[in-house]
Amino acid sequence: MSRSARSLVALFTLGWALLLAAADMNYDLRPVRVAADTWVLTGLNEDFSFKNGGNIVNTGFIVTPAGVLVIDSGPSRAYGEQLRRAIARITDKPVVMVLNTHHHPDHFLGNQAFAPDTLAALPETIHGIHSEGGGFNENMYRLAGDWMAGTEVLAPTKPLTPGPLELGGHTLELIALKGHTGADLAIFDRSTGVLFAGDLVFHDRAPTTPHANIPAWQASLDQLDTLGFKVLVPGHGPVSLDAGPIRQTRAWLTWLDKALRQAAEDGLDMTEALALDLPAEFRRLAVVEAEYRRSVGQLFPAYELKALSHSGRPAQ
Amino acid sequence: MIKPHALAAASLMLACSLALAAPKGDAQNDPLGSHNWSYMRKDLFPATARVIFDERVKVSAPLTAENPMNVPVSVDAAALPGVTEVLVFADLNPIARIVRFGPTGAHPGLGFRIKLQQSSPVRAAARTADGTWHVGGTWVNTTGGGCTLPSAGSASPEWQKRLGEVSSRVWERKEGGERIRLRIIHPEDTGLAAGIPAFYIQALDVADAQGKALMHIEGFEPLSENPVFTVDIPAARASTGYQVSGRDNNGNAISATIEK
Ligand SMILES: [Zn+2]
Repeated sequence: MSRSARSLVALFTLGWALLLAAADMNYDLRPVRVAADTWVLTGLNEDFSFKNGGNIVNTGFIVTPAGVLVIDSGPSRAYGEQLRRAIARITDKPVVMVLNTHHHPDHFLGNQAFAPDTLAALPETIHGIHSEGGGFNENMYRLAGDWMAGTEVLAPTKPLTPGPLELGGHTLELIALKGHTGADLAIFDRSTGVLFAGDLVFHDRAPTTPHANIPAWQASLDQLDTLGFKVLVPGHGPVSLDAGPIRQTRAWLTWLDKALRQAAEDGLDMTEALALDLPAEFRRLAVVEAEYRRSVGQLFPAYELKALSHSGRPAQ
Repeated sequence: MIKPHALAAASLMLACSLALAAPKGDAQNDPLGSHNWSYMRKDLFPATARVIFDERVKVSAPLTAENPMNVPVSVDAAALPGVTEVLVFADLNPIARIVRFGPTGAHPGLGFRIKLQQSSPVRAAARTADGTWHVGGTWVNTTGGGCTLPSAGSASPEWQKRLGEVSSRVWERKEGGERIRLRIIHPEDTGLAAGIPAFYIQALDVADAQGKALMHIEGFEPLSENPVFTVDIPAARASTGYQVSGRDNNGNAISATIEK
């Protein structure tokens, strides 16, 4: 190789390194205090992207004299590490427990940043992370790129038993629900009135439905509604002081269920179901068009199957 | 800042636009800007055939398909007179041909679902009585992998008992005529997943109660598992009932009466 070619290569290598260094992958996490000892990091109401690095999710933590309880670890190893540093800026208490509310990637891919023996989730969530986590992680690399560097699936080993949990003077209730996925954990802090609802509740953003069971989800929302919380932390979207986000999530699911059933019963092809107009009341929800399209893909075939055998006389 | 990915994408786009300038012939201005079009033209149509891009052939599919195993597509060529057959294909699929159908009384359109290996144009070429192929299409973006994954059916002994089972229903249409929707239990394996041979429906015929043909469908590997079809029947050909018959590439017969 000639000398000038070598220096050209060196120049390219340097340029490449500078490009990579400039991308410092800073999520700029700023915990907001929502109640005594209780902090929330609110994600963007967007889809996963190279720009947001997957930071579309809410995480939170409760600081107690017995240590810190973390609720969800975020979409990547980098997010988890930055979450740990954000916690350390607020308290010098150690993280003693990290709960994954369910097995979707933005809620557990930050687990690597925490001590493995602090990680805990409902048994079915742990199972889901084992069986589907690898695929989710690969998909996140596709959707968020370099932000995912070094991220690997780390499933909790500690299965949670639902029920009361005392931690440093906080009386918590671990509530096992389902509907958004097969196992959805809600955490209610009776001492402060804060409810961490996980992805059972979306706020100003259309719900995601890749593992949804709508009737079960609606029943879970009814149960959350009876808790008498003072602060509601949804899985996605702004924190609320009332049950508005529960009503919003319920209204969307009710409409979606009805619209897709009707479409299938009317004999619509899936491309026609995709083209249905969304009611005005939902158009202000973030990413509603994209989520509706995904929901049709995920849910319509089941409604269709029911409609095709509905006449009671399957051919043959 | 500019990310390395963006640079790579920009140079790729440049390469594509250079390639686009190359092909000459009756249809060089591919409205979908796919550099594979010239190969499709050569592979799928006789050299002497007239092939033109024509917006009257409508292909409806989501711009972004989340599930590459089950991408819904509807084709409608009713704006053209005298359509004799329609070939549907995806330029960038490892198996480009998806389905070919010939309406012989049914509306010249079809709804179905496909497997996509990567983002690709999905096109329908409708041949009119004068022999001209009219090509319409749309881009579908997807994360991919749809063609090289095994079907769920191939791993389960359950489907064997139900292979070829048809569920169906007939609707009256507001605009007149009727709609038939049918679903057939079949794994539709492409042969591209390791160790699983190609196994798919090759022929389906929809006929009226008297056995008069309404639509012939020739299937290829990329149709989705347990395929669902939407076939519209104009009022003039509406019947007291319908029948469907066909076979897969292993010679298994499909036969069902579609009752109202
Ligand atoms: Zn979720």
